[in-house]
Amino acid sequence: MTQQAVLQVDNLKTYFHLEEGKTAKAVDDISFKISPGETVALVGESGSGKSISALSIMQLINKPGRIEGGKITLNGKDITNYNAKQMTKIRGNDIAMIFQEPMTALNPVFTIGNQITEIVRKHKNMSRQEAHRHAIHLLKLVGLSRAEEIMKEFPHQLSGGMRQRVMIAMAISCDPMLLIADEPTTALDVTIQAQILDLMNEMKERFQMALLLITHDVGVVSQYADRVMVMYGGQIVEEATVDVLLESPKHPYTQGLLDSLPMVDKDVNRLGTIKGTVPPAYDFPSGCRFSTRCPHVMEKCHSQNPSLSTSDSEHHVRCHLYPSEVKE
Amino acid sequence: MHKYIIRRILVFIPMLIMLSIIVFALAKAAPGDPFTGKILDPTVDPEVFNEQREALGLNDPIPVQYFRWATSMAKGDFGESMYYKGRDVQSLISERIVNTVYLGLFALVITLVVAIPIGIYSAKNPYSPLDYSATTFGFLGLAIPNFFFGLIAIYVFAIKLGWFPAQGTISNIHITGFSEFLNRIHHMVLPGITLGLAGTATYMRYMRSEVLDVLGSDYIRTAKAKGMNDRNVLYKHTLRNAIIPIITLMGFEFGALLSGAIITEQVFSYPGLGTLFINSITNRDYPVIMSITLLLGVAILIGNLLADIFYSIVDPRIRYD
Ligand SMILES: Nc1ncnc2c1ncn2[C@@H]1O[C@H](COP(=O)(O)OP(=O)(O)OP(=O)(O)O)[C@@H](O)[C@H]1O
Ligand code: SF4
Ligand SMILES: [Mg+2]
Repeated sequence: MTQQAVLQVDNLKTYFHLEEGKTAKAVDDISFKISPGETVALVGESGSGKSISALSIMQLINKPGRIEGGKITLNGKDITNYNAKQMTKIRGNDIAMIFQEPMTALNPVFTIGNQITEIVRKHKNMSRQEAHRHAIHLLKLVGLSRAEEIMKEFPHQLSGGMRQRVMIAMAISCDPMLLIADEPTTALDVTIQAQILDLMNEMKERFQMALLLITHDVGVVSQYADRVMVMYGGQIVEEATVDVLLESPKHPYTQGLLDSLPMVDKDVNRLGTIKGTVPPAYDFPSGCRFSTRCPHVMEKCHSQNPSLSTSDSEHHVRCHLYPSEVKE
Repeated sequence: MHKYIIRRILVFIPMLIMLSIIVFALAKAAPGDPFTGKILDPTVDPEVFNEQREALGLNDPIPVQYFRWATSMAKGDFGESMYYKGRDVQSLISERIVNTVYLGLFALVITLVVAIPIGIYSAKNPYSPLDYSATTFGFLGLAIPNFFFGLIAIYVFAIKLGWFPAQGTISNIHITGFSEFLNRIHHMVLPGITLGLAGTATYMRYMRSEVLDVLGSDYIRTAKAKGMNDRNVLYKHTLRNAIIPIITLMGFEFGALLSGAIITEQVFSYPGLGTLFINSITNRDYPVIMSITLLLGVAILIGNLLADIFYSIVDPRIRYD
């Protein structure tokens, strides 16, 4: 814990201001840290705010969304109030991001070569030839052996798995300290998924990046992550190391997630044991946000939203069932 | 790519033949011929007309007439005007067509220069005051008919304010050199704006929605996540994609531009193909009518062909199918 965190997020809030004066609290007061070389998984059902958290870190929130508060520290530097120009030097260079849909994430009218050289020329000040050589090197690194040809090809000529490799090549091209992967394999065939995740893990180790891995898949979490954060209703409801969390989940939501594991091919979207659906972000229940679905709901849960306990520095949980720990 | 273009050109030929048949059939189906009005003239023996009809081949079977017409058209012989005796159709058309081409180009340039930047601005700043004004202008531009706008423009800018001439292409034939060019442009302003009005509105709305669409797409998010700045994201990643449907639109709009020119030229007594066309209809001058109709049809086909070819160049996804 003496090491400086690569990324520290404090009390981040991102709201969407909808019509009729409604406010969707997509991300509501989340705090976490990622240490160098660490893989942190962010899990939770659809709509829990995972993508918006990631995009907030990149300052890529579009209207009607807005970052309402909080602090983002990158490698000791407070980047919260960086302007658009300053952020272009961070994005792709210090923090890289990979998205869920490889089919649409690449620009259809430019060649792969164009799209990779563009980023290294921007951040690494390379000449055209240097950038070209570097791009070919990157493509080979991510397992695309026909690199020279692929440079001249367009995205539609590649398969989904190949495109995601291109995205990874682009992400690692400028040696970022943090890689954010937002469900990088959800859209791919099961057989390809493992290859892409292994590749990402390999690149992570090779370039000593920290990795924020957003996923639905608890299987992926157990295999690749060091630490897990469980998100529900725009908040982190539980956080622990992978072993602890999988072994002894405390939050009823996490327990529900894990219980449902063997039954539904690990897809959190189709939970067997948690009744109901996530309430919309503009209409959370008062009190605990999970109270509408929690099997252990108590009187207190309806009036008071529990805070994330900090008593146990390794295992945080946001639930009234664990009040005693606060005093220890 | 080359295969694609060759295939498109091959499809062009049967379309051309179809078009010529339609033009011919329409001309034949229209009641009357150049002698119709005169048949009531009691001083002329109807037999004289019939002899003339026979001489012109108007009494031959329809397919024979079509074949004769089509082959001479294909050879570039458009026939002789029935109204302006002794003048062949080519010379009538060629002295007018330049004016129409200039007017059309002028209108198109105004349209694109105005519509594309405003469309982009509206997409970048949706619901801003300028966006609302552009939307309002767009609806008006589409709702007001060409001739009506033209008449208002003449009344306000030519008659009341006297800023622009109300008709013609040039003040007098003795002007030469650069001042001739300026004088011609001066004459083209009002008809050009009139002709370009509807197109401007259309392109603006199209551009706005395309840019808005592209700005919300995944690959734009990727470009931003790579650290590309706003200018690069807009001018490289966004515009290159948003322009693709605009090219298709230009193919379609080309026909609208030509038909708009016919009416606009009439309003401004502008000596182009349009006025010649309308006059020929009034005079039942069939060789001219048919030639111009066919020419307009061919122009539209070529416009679409060019749009298609251009489209296949800017969109890599259709190059190889
Ligand atoms: N453009 C938007 N306008 C309004 N609300 C939005 C918008 N984008 C996101 N939200 C709100 O933010 C919430 C969180 O969205 P987010 O995309 O972060 O979910 P997620 O956890 O990534 O889900 P998924 O697993 O489906 O990707 C959504 O439930 C929605 O209410
Ligand atoms: S606080 Fe109450 S409702 Fe919320 S998870 Fe804990 S027990 Fe369930
Ligand atoms: Mg998401």
